[in-house]
Amino acid sequence: MPGSALPPSSQDSPAETARPGISRRGFLKGAGITAASTALIEGVQSLRAETGTAAPPGVTELGPGPVPVHLHVNHAEHILNIEPRTTLAEALRIELGLTGSKIVCDRGVCSGCTVWLDKMPVNSCMTLAVDAVGHHVTTIEGLAPEGGVHPVQAAFVRHDAMQCGFCTPGMVMSCAALLEHNPHPTEHDVRQAVSGNLCRCGTYPKVFSATLDAAGERRA
Amino acid sequence: MNRFVLADCTTVDAALSQLKDGAVVKAGGVDLLDRMKDGIEEPPKLVNIRNVAELRGIRETPQGLTLGPLATLAEISEHPSIRAHYQILSDACGHAATPHIRNMATVGGNLLQRVQCWYYRSAEFTCIRKGKDLCFAFDGLNQYHAIMEYDGCPSVAPSSAAVALLGLGASVDLTSAKRGKRTVGIREFYVVPDANPTKFTVIEPDELLTAIVIPRPAPGTRSAYQKYGEKESFDWAIADAGVVLEMDGNICRRAVITMGAASPVVRRAAQAEAALAGKPITEETARAAGRLSIEGAQPLSKNAYKLDLFPVAVYRTVLFAAGLRDRDPSAAG
Repeated sequence: MPGSALPPSSQDSPAETARPGISRRGFLKGAGITAASTALIEGVQSLRAETGTAAPPGVTELGPGPVPVHLHVNHAEHILNIEPRTTLAEALRIELGLTGSKIVCDRGVCSGCTVWLDKMPVNSCMTLAVDAVGHHVTTIEGLAPEGGVHPVQAAFVRHDAMQCGFCTPGMVMSCAALLEHNPHPTEHDVRQAVSGNLCRCGTYPKVFSATLDAAGERRA
Repeated sequence: MNRFVLADCTTVDAALSQLKDGAVVKAGGVDLLDRMKDGIEEPPKLVNIRNVAELRGIRETPQGLTLGPLATLAEISEHPSIRAHYQILSDACGHAATPHIRNMATVGGNLLQRVQCWYYRSAEFTCIRKGKDLCFAFDGLNQYHAIMEYDGCPSVAPSSAAVALLGLGASVDLTSAKRGKRTVGIREFYVVPDANPTKFTVIEPDELLTAIVIPRPAPGTRSAYQKYGEKESFDWAIADAGVVLEMDGNICRRAVITMGAASPVVRRAAQAEAALAGKPITEETARAAGRLSIEGAQPLSKNAYKLDLFPVAVYRTVLFAAGLRDRDPSAAG
């Protein structure tokens, strides 16, 4: 398996959590502009300050060097100084230290890096971090309320739905996303939901039973 | 992955203004990031069209259906009207790759994805598709390669959406800042390697795929798509078949049969279509269509198994389209 070349991360300005007093999202809604383009504009303004170039209307140029990127991850705002080529998986793991999402194949084959973009499961290894701007990113670390356990996590424990555990964060994110959209899934639905999640230990039957159990728990 | 400038665009005009000096379009980014991570492309600039609202959406019109190129495979496969009237398309988009990739991958990107030949995808091999007069697959590992119409390069058409859209007689709109808009049929959209091995589609570097237009099917049309693979999910097809049947009672007035993983560009199986036209769809006629789908095939050293697989894929998909059989449980995805 060829390892991916991780971009050098800027250590000059480590990830910082935005001050809670600033309501960026409220401002963005009022201004009728997407958070994505605004964060990019902020990025390009710093770029222009360096280069003195101007992009035509409707175009915001970023990079190739590090630019400030605003990400909403697990209910907190973060400002990362990253190159546009940084994938969301790299930003989460390297910049934010959220190493629950695993980079395994780095090609979207195995879904070990599954996170939610607005509750939609995606492969964070095949998503540029800048494309997550304006969306709510949820990782395995933020799935349950702080100190708590998500019903799918609890069911995975009850059903012993893991062996080596490396696929488990991605598997849990896929199963929990299924229940968000379909609270009463059939086993077929669960099979479909994890059809991109590779488990080389072969724990799938327990994953199915755990997810169905979690759905039952929710019904109760 | 190389460093690049990302030009984030909010309008088609803005995106078109950026398509110069080696800049490439990024939508969902799935295949592009794949190629960049594999080191076979190092574009200096990515033109990000993900935030171009006018390229989104699925619109039903009196003439049929218009897909914004940014419509994701998941959106298309779950669209109620597409499921009802364009089953071949919902089948094809709903069984490509994995659920997570279908959430990000766009239909435009699916049509524009490059071939999956492992020699092409490896930076270690400079082949005919990269400008050298050399193919490693003819004498090498070719078990997933073409069995017909492969002069020059035996890599196979990778897009399952194209198999469906060719069956539906769809076309694409290509727009450039200088030359305006042109409309090209799906078959004509793809360039056979014999004509130009380094050009995969007719799209020019300054052009953007701005719409996919599907004519309304004739009344009584039924359709289906099935894919066969080595794995149940993620993988590209080793054989896939699209079938569109215009039925009049139990007589098939017109049949369109399309195949993806048989040849370098999506193809229609004209002889198989002729075997169904004017006849009822039965076990016998469906089997005949399957047999005729590989007329003229010349397998390579490691892919003769496709001569058994394609006839079955076509036969079962004809019966599935006609409503005479359920979806094949051994199909992939």
